[in-house]
Amino acid sequence: MNYLISIVLSGISVGGQYALIAIGYTMVYGILRLINFAHGDVFMVAGLMCIYISASMPMYITIPLVLILTVALGFFIERAAYKPLRAAPRMSVMISAIGVSYLLQNLATYVTGGQPMTYPFEKLSFLTRTVNIAGTPTKTVVIITPVLVILLVVLLTLLINHTKIGMAMRAVSKDFETSRLMGIKINSVISVTFVIGSLLAAVGSVLYFSTYTAVTPTIGALPGLKAFVAAVFGGIGSIPGAVIGAFIIGICETVIKALPSAWDVSVFSDAFTFALLIIILIFKPTGLFGEKTAEKV
Amino acid sequence: MTTLEPKSKRKTYGAIIGILIVFGLIVLLENLHKIIPGVPDILYPTSVLFTVLKKAAVYSLVAVSMNLLNGFTGLFSLGQAGFMLLGAYTYAILMVPGDSREQVYYLYGGSAIKQSIQDLLNSVFGKDGGGGAVSLILSVIIAILIAGCIAAVFAWLIGFPVLRLKSDYLAIATLGFAEILGAVFKWQKLGKITNGANMIKNFPNFSAFNIKNSQTGETMVYLSTLVPFIVATVCIIFIVLLVNSTYGRAFKAIRDDEIAAEAMGINLSKHKRLSFVVSSFFAGISGALFAMYVSNAQAKVFTTTLTYEILLIVVIGGIGSISGSIIATFLYVSCSEWWLRFLDEETFIGTTKVPLLKNGFRMVVFSVVIMIVVLFFRKGIMGTKEIGDLHPIKALKAKKAKKSAIKAKDGAK
Repeated sequence: MNYLISIVLSGISVGGQYALIAIGYTMVYGILRLINFAHGDVFMVAGLMCIYISASMPMYITIPLVLILTVALGFFIERAAYKPLRAAPRMSVMISAIGVSYLLQNLATYVTGGQPMTYPFEKLSFLTRTVNIAGTPTKTVVIITPVLVILLVVLLTLLINHTKIGMAMRAVSKDFETSRLMGIKINSVISVTFVIGSLLAAVGSVLYFSTYTAVTPTIGALPGLKAFVAAVFGGIGSIPGAVIGAFIIGICETVIKALPSAWDVSVFSDAFTFALLIIILIFKPTGLFGEKTAEKV
Repeated sequence: MTTLEPKSKRKTYGAIIGILIVFGLIVLLENLHKIIPGVPDILYPTSVLFTVLKKAAVYSLVAVSMNLLNGFTGLFSLGQAGFMLLGAYTYAILMVPGDSREQVYYLYGGSAIKQSIQDLLNSVFGKDGGGGAVSLILSVIIAILIAGCIAAVFAWLIGFPVLRLKSDYLAIATLGFAEILGAVFKWQKLGKITNGANMIKNFPNFSAFNIKNSQTGETMVYLSTLVPFIVATVCIIFIVLLVNSTYGRAFKAIRDDEIAAEAMGINLSKHKRLSFVVSSFFAGISGALFAMYVSNAQAKVFTTTLTYEILLIVVIGGIGSISGSIIATFLYVSCSEWWLRFLDEETFIGTTKVPLLKNGFRMVVFSVVIMIVVLFFRKGIMGTKEIGDLHPIKALKAKKAKKSAIKAKDGAK
């Protein structure tokens, strides 16, 4: 029983971390119709920045600094790699995203020398302390993650539904050209989207790596792809959908990893996510909460 | 390499002669140190030059196969690494000699398949001399073809659900299938066939084709670079013929406008599947060649990063240009393996250390170059042109015609 609770709890925690990345994907896709392949690598870079900054700074300065720098990175990537291609076909932008991902990974390999870097988890004691829930010892991050995710999602929903920039975002995601004609500054809306996405990815990275010991240059790719699957699963463009999708994927993945070792199915924990993606795309391509769109000639 | 145009026979003959000359040059290059002693180190068969040539031949085939799908049919698929994995494993599993299977599969107490194709053919043609050569060549050809077929069959199966998806969803679904394949091949339960997460090795690689003196074991003629070139050339010629056929024109029509193509009576699902299956067949073959090149087959090599690398090669060469893909592959491989190597080494000029040069810097420079190509030279090296279109005189005429057209336009105003 205790084992079961601990599995479900850690599943929720992993799911919450995916959710924070997935929101970035789903918002960018909602507005630009672009799978931002570099998003997972932004997440990895946030982890590396935390390692380097925390070496000389205390944690209460490091974390805000990491958040600010990650936001700056996201903003810069959008301006440098996606903005020049605004009028280009969608595939060119996607290739550019893949190029950015490749660049970030190689840059990380160069800076770290290809060595796995140890995350300063002992400094993050407020996340890694052990507490008891229903008689099961778990880490505090497991409780903090879902609470933080729900809080951030509520804030984000308020932002989108009740502020001017939120209204602009909704308008742009509905119709790019018309909203431009209506006087919405497309570029600033897109920048805000990337800023929010990168901020959440940075938060997710602190939570995610606090339970991992090492950061490698390619570690962002897989969580990034899984978060994308979560976004598709929930219906791309829908924030609650992405969060629910991420929680489902996180829990399923943890359960598969915890299945008896005699079956040896833990290698499929990553493959499961993609199988889920393919099933969803075949039977309900718009996802759980996605809107139907008709193809026009 | 020139495009094969069915209309002009002269061009075809020219292309064949050109290819044969290239083959001859490669054989000459690899054996030059035998003929003229004391040639520079770069011409010895262990040098980086031949590594680059072999790798580029392997990569050019997979790049062209990806271009067939992404550039000519407009299907943005990212599953190339998965099909390469299928090809590499099929080749490896079929070709590990019977007597070294115990050793390769020792973790799983031997292999489920007891003999290689070569063993079977050896019993027909004999093991030594001419018979051995025949059985080696035949078995490699058979194994490569089976490798391609397995990849093609798998592509045909996943084509049913996947090809219904549009653009980026197709990309992510094919990428997902490649990841699933990687997991399946690492599965311990299939260890007797796939050797789990461990590598399969000891199968014949390119050096097996070098002609050796049976008494002394000394290599007489080096053919190891020629083999990947022959296979890649034959496959690429097939793809060129396909692209220039009615099917190829249908592919391009689908790429340019799906709805218009359907209205013109092109069967969308049939042509898309055909392109997907053919592309995967050749990706499977290049996977087998890749296994021969690195002398092992291992699931963890065929990652998404490999697919990205190939995609970037295709982009550099020009999406929709076969000769562009080939040129880009040779440039890419020689830059990354050879010409830019110095960036990875800490260099001193006098006593001052050159800044930035450190392990990994090569790839950073490389990816910056790629980003510049992606952002500012979106057409790549060749655009959608082929090398045969680049006639200097014709190009000049076209330029003149364009200029006079602009003048006429201005005059009309």
